Amino acid sequence: MTVEELFELHSEEQARLRRLENRIYCCTAAGCVSCGAEGLRSAIAAAIKAEGLEGRVEVCGSGCLGLCSKGPLVRSAADGALYGELPPEEGALLVRPNPIDRQRLAAKRLDTNAPFFARQLKIVLANSGQVDPERLADYIAAGGYQALAKAVTEMTPQEVIEEIKRSGLRGRGGAGYPTGLKWELVARQPSPVKYVVCNADEGDPGAFMDRSVLEGDPHRVLEGMAIAGYAVGAQQGYIYVRGEYGLAIQRLQTAIKQAEREKLLGNRVFETGFQFRVDLRIGAGAFVCGEETALIASIEGKRGQPRQRPPYPPESGLWEKPTLINNVETFANVPPIITEGGDWFASIGTETSKGTKVFALAGKIAHTGLIEVPMGTTLRTIVFEIGGGVPGGKFKAAQTGGPSGGCIPEQFLDVPVDYESLTNIGSMMGSGGLIVMDESSDMVDVARFFMEFCMDESCGKCIPCRAGTVQMHDILSRLTRGEGTAEDIRLLEELGALLRETSLCGLGQTAPNPVMSTLRYFRHEYEAKLASGGRQ
Amino acid sequence: MQDNRAKFLERAMSRHHYSGDALIEVLHTAQELYGYLTPELLKTIARKLRLPPSRVLGVATFYHFFSLAPKGEHSYTVCLGTACYVKGALGLLETLERRCAKAGSTSADGKVSVNTARCIGACGLAPAIIRDGEIVGRVTPEMLEAELSTLGIR
Ligand SMILES: Cc1cc2nc3c(=O)[nH]c(=O)nc-3n(C[C@H](O)[C@H](O)[C@H](O)COP(=O)(O)O)c2cc1C
Ligand code: SF4
Repeated sequence: MTVEELFELHSEEQARLRRLENRIYCCTAAGCVSCGAEGLRSAIAAAIKAEGLEGRVEVCGSGCLGLCSKGPLVRSAADGALYGELPPEEGALLVRPNPIDRQRLAAKRLDTNAPFFARQLKIVLANSGQVDPERLADYIAAGGYQALAKAVTEMTPQEVIEEIKRSGLRGRGGAGYPTGLKWELVARQPSPVKYVVCNADEGDPGAFMDRSVLEGDPHRVLEGMAIAGYAVGAQQGYIYVRGEYGLAIQRLQTAIKQAEREKLLGNRVFETGFQFRVDLRIGAGAFVCGEETALIASIEGKRGQPRQRPPYPPESGLWEKPTLINNVETFANVPPIITEGGDWFASIGTETSKGTKVFALAGKIAHTGLIEVPMGTTLRTIVFEIGGGVPGGKFKAAQTGGPSGGCIPEQFLDVPVDYESLTNIGSMMGSGGLIVMDESSDMVDVARFFMEFCMDESCGKCIPCRAGTVQMHDILSRLTRGEGTAEDIRLLEELGALLRETSLCGLGQTAPNPVMSTLRYFRHEYEAKLASGGRQ
Repeated sequence: MQDNRAKFLERAMSRHHYSGDALIEVLHTAQELYGYLTPELLKTIARKLRLPPSRVLGVATFYHFFSLAPKGEHSYTVCLGTACYVKGALGLLETLERRCAKAGSTSADGKVSVNTARCIGACGLAPAIIRDGEIVGRVTPEMLEAELSTLGIR
């Protein structure tokens, strides 16, 4: 495809969509699929046929529409209305509603002016729910692949890197390393062979942001990776995706095929000298493979065990070649930065954290689902305005950062959410899972739960983590059973410090975090459980 | 049937040019075809990819996804992600373990395999399970009890 053809297709498809009387988008992300989205979609398709409206009304699948707790969700483009919990027979009414149908449908209509929708700002998820993830033309109509065209035909690799640096984008995989700097490190390596790897191993329990992006807008991630490939001088990309994410894998396979067919990936992209291919690698269920050096080992077909760093992957990664590893959401931010400019992106967010962050809201919260907010939004806004608060209970803590993060108590609800602030209060941004807990959650048990997770997932390569997580888990179990002593709490703190200081990789280094943060803010719960009588 | 499976596996290996780097992909294919990985399969794969058998076994046992034992007729995987945990996943696991088998094993009659998963990403539907490959959300212990009874499990 040439750049002219891309723009032609863009306007043709837009015109085609405008000519349609209506297009009905059924959320076909995993959450809605498991509450009957497919049946709903076929009912709508059947109704279109029965009414003889083919070519005038269309039904299509879409990425996550956000409010997963109200699935299956449907959006009707003609009036922009969003419906939730729609049974197939009511979905069919959307095709040609009469006044009575309208009334029936109105009861299922969700208020898109409600804070859940209105307080969000969508960059990464801009296309999610607006395009059919299985159609390349949809993505192109939404402006897709224009950033790649601009990068390879109008910009030098160095200019692309400068733009990313100017944007202030930081890695969304957890650690928050500045993306532009990482790209520059890889670009500087003289090696003729380099790799770009997309980390889609999303292992944190309670996190499903990356999955939604891959399911809802797979081309966006491919485009981001291709731009990265151009900037750093790589010809090959890999997406390492969790084996459990069947739908995401299928959508990615489709997207890669489509992009290759249209020569948006492959040799001579946009008829320039730039070539880039993307292959999938399917994970096999090991949390530690999200760690970059373990991920590399796993792509090479080995046991996914981390190794000593340095050398860091930008110097020596996949097959000892310079390798750029970024998270799914990081790559998804790249195309809009190239189209809109780094300054635009940098105008959103806080001093040190730019842009938006996608969070997966879950737990004891009224609206579970996927949200995207500007960096610096307070937890109070996220939990109470967007999330609708804690149903029938009182907010106790929000857990962010999964097994590497911590529990944030009520007193910090007004802290702006960005990388630094969360670290300062003993938690971390992590990848974006946000679990709300109410009074019924026992914080010692929560700490035990995460420690059990780390214990199971420890790869066993280094002793502090392999043995330390078992010891800490034993102590926490003892405490939850009410058999612990004050000495146990002291020991927990000592072991925690040891793991943090001496473990080889991030898993062991951060495993004590949930314990440390609950000890810091909910120490009384530990003390109340001591065998010496603190218990009621 | 038997021959076909061997042929498919052979094709998967040749597609990757019998490269040891493709071990995980090949194991994925083998498990898809045969349901689980037998010692004979592992040995064949090691020979064809020219890898030491210890490396193949090491990889097969490192990843949770690979199973070295046959699976039951039905499989139940309880999500133990944080959201499901907070919403009572342990009660579901307890029910399955009491009536069928311990997590990670198959009931003695070969009917049901019970497993746990770290997070299946269906947090909006917590607590969720995967039943025979399909995600089922908002499960209660009572629902499970009833379902197991219809499967004829006491
Ligand atoms: C135990 C462990 C698990 C991790 N899991 C993930 C993950 O699931 N997804 C991810 O993007 N990064 C994960 N990371 C972080 C990666 O090592 C790496 O920093 C990241 O992919 C870099 O991408 P970014 O700069 O775009 O954030 C994990 C790190 C550790 C230590
Ligand atoms: S810290 Fe844990 S997971 Fe990381 S290398 Fe050591 S044992 Fe493995």
